[in-house]
Amino acid sequence: MSLRSPLGQVLGLGTAKNGTEHWWAQRVSAVALALLGPWFAALLVLADDLSYAVVIDLVGRPLNAVLLSLFCATVAYHSYLGLQVIIEDYVHTSGLKIVLLISIRFAHVFVAVTSVYAILRIGIGT
Amino acid sequence: MSVGLIVLAAWLINAAAGPAAYERFAGLMTSIVGRLLLFGWSFAFFYHFANGARHLVWDTGHGFEERQAIASAWFVVVFSIAATSAFWAFAA
Repeated sequence: MSLRSPLGQVLGLGTAKNGTEHWWAQRVSAVALALLGPWFAALLVLADDLSYAVVIDLVGRPLNAVLLSLFCATVAYHSYLGLQVIIEDYVHTSGLKIVLLISIRFAHVFVAVTSVYAILRIGIGT
Repeated sequence: MSVGLIVLAAWLINAAAGPAAYERFAGLMTSIVGRLLLFGWSFAFFYHFANGARHLVWDTGHGFEERQAIASAWFVVVFSIAATSAFWAFAA
């Protein structure tokens, strides 16, 4: 017995070669964070303290600013992908589902832009 | 974790806003409630890191034997406790 739909059997085209993007994007961002996450933890641990002067100095260094921007953007992306799956799987009211999906998308873009803007502002100087 | 992301952004934007704003934010985060939340997020971070690595290994098709799955589950528990402890021991 075939599991393919009648239309699929007639067309005989196999898969449309997509549908795995979301899953793949989660894995790729996970691999990026497996590198950036420990770097960020090490940055915090190795800092003398987290006083204003130390943080401004650390975040303002070019390599740190680049890696921290990448970390913030990737974390926001990975977080969005994860919450999206939770909402799609567990929120069954279609109106609420759409409102939540749009809200978390806006919220994550907002947080990512805020972080990167803050880092640029510290790095370039206010 | 997603809420922790907001705190990360708040930390950076308050640093960018200047010393006064940063001190106010640091005051909030070093309060008892702030410290408890940060401790919780650090544990969640290391747990998610270890269990994420476990899932990436599973994605390659390895580690599905019952013995291996139980061993990796314990590895995640031990790693997240050890990493959280080390993080706060060295960060202080």
